[in-house]
Amino acid sequence: MVEYFSLFVRSIFIDNMIFAYFLGMCSYLAVSKNVKTAVGLGAAVIFVLTVTVPVNYLLDNYLLKSGALSWLGPEYATIDLSFLSFIMFIAVVASMVQLVEMIVEKFAPALYGSLGIFLPLIAVNCAILGGSLFMQQKDFPNVGMAATYGLGSGIGWFLAILAIAAIREKITYSNVPAPLRGLGITFIITGLMAIGFMSFMGIKI
Amino acid sequence: MENKANNNSKKAPVVLFVAKEKEPLFSKANRKLMTDPLNDNNPISVQVLGICSALAITVQLRPAIVMALAVMAVVVFSNLIVSLLRNLIPNRIRIIVQLVIVAALVILVDQVLKAFAYDVSKQLSVFVGLIITNCIVMGRLEAFALGNGPWKSVLDGIGNSLGYGVILIIVAFFRELLGSGKLFGFEVLGHKGVTVAESTGLYALGYENNGLMLLSPMALIVVGIIIWFQRMKNRKLIETH
Repeated sequence: MVEYFSLFVRSIFIDNMIFAYFLGMCSYLAVSKNVKTAVGLGAAVIFVLTVTVPVNYLLDNYLLKSGALSWLGPEYATIDLSFLSFIMFIAVVASMVQLVEMIVEKFAPALYGSLGIFLPLIAVNCAILGGSLFMQQKDFPNVGMAATYGLGSGIGWFLAILAIAAIREKITYSNVPAPLRGLGITFIITGLMAIGFMSFMGIKI
Repeated sequence: MENKANNNSKKAPVVLFVAKEKEPLFSKANRKLMTDPLNDNNPISVQVLGICSALAITVQLRPAIVMALAVMAVVVFSNLIVSLLRNLIPNRIRIIVQLVIVAALVILVDQVLKAFAYDVSKQLSVFVGLIITNCIVMGRLEAFALGNGPWKSVLDGIGNSLGYGVILIIVAFFRELLGSGKLFGFEVLGHKGVTVAESTGLYALGYENNGLMLLSPMALIVVGIIIWFQRMKNRKLIETH
């Protein structure tokens, strides 16, 4: 149980998708103009990450890895399909996003309207594919760990976009030098926030 | 009389190609496609595309340049393929079609890197795979290649990946120079020994490397400063909040 908890906390704060790996920056910068849409997108990212990381974990371990096909029979034990992992992962992500889009459209039409174009764009959010690729690199022992990692990374991304959206809402009232307005100052604030998040690196869990 | 009837009975020819004035390969409009993304329409500092990978791999110049070349290969060829197929792709499933094309190209790039530049490919780790979701690729496919011919799309791809590469190289130059005093792994500022007496070059004067530049947050701040300078020179890009 302890290792689940420490992985969860690690993936939120220490290995934060945005502040440590800069994944999903495009939508992070584009959708953070106000808090409401930022929360909607963040929630969608949490959901998609929590689903796709364990699914891709199973795919990787029972289909793609070297020797993963041995459950079919001993003659398959030497097959290594891991070069196919990019295309398999992105297919899972794209179909999962399509599924989420249909579910949201059916059960929460108001949220669907406000998310608009950003929902399909989750498919090309680097954080989603990045979650799966890091999962492959970290080599988790079981599917529960992978799901925990997906959930934690999603929450970390959610916190980051929530924070920057709140700051950007406030910063419209301040006197920023003209060439820095908008994108420039957002980059610098994100940099400062990332330095802040680096202080979590000292925590040993 | 007979002639006329004959003419009328003829079927109207199917128009396959609308005859246009032939445009020279490097006409003004085409050159603009390539030069625009370098400054006025830079993918990173103006369109905000492809930031994700741009920042994580700019600690040293070598991986940054390899990454820029990899992205260029993927953008140019995916632009070309999608623009050739643009009239055959149904609108509803275009994202999946695009992703499959891009993913196939990225797998090729990844395998080539693993075969010929293994150490760099280890350094880039997951970021080669993340070219699939690099917003530059998808953004240019959606915004340009789906609506324009193959030659124009190739030029657009070259231009945008150059614009991306330029920023990557500038950021990596400053981070490697200030962070570790090297360029491409060569110690350009002199050799740093254990003590000041053993050092040469700038280090003999007591210069120290700024270790903060090696950490990831500084990449964001360097890009922020690049944007600042660019908009100071190019006032029409300034945003009003």
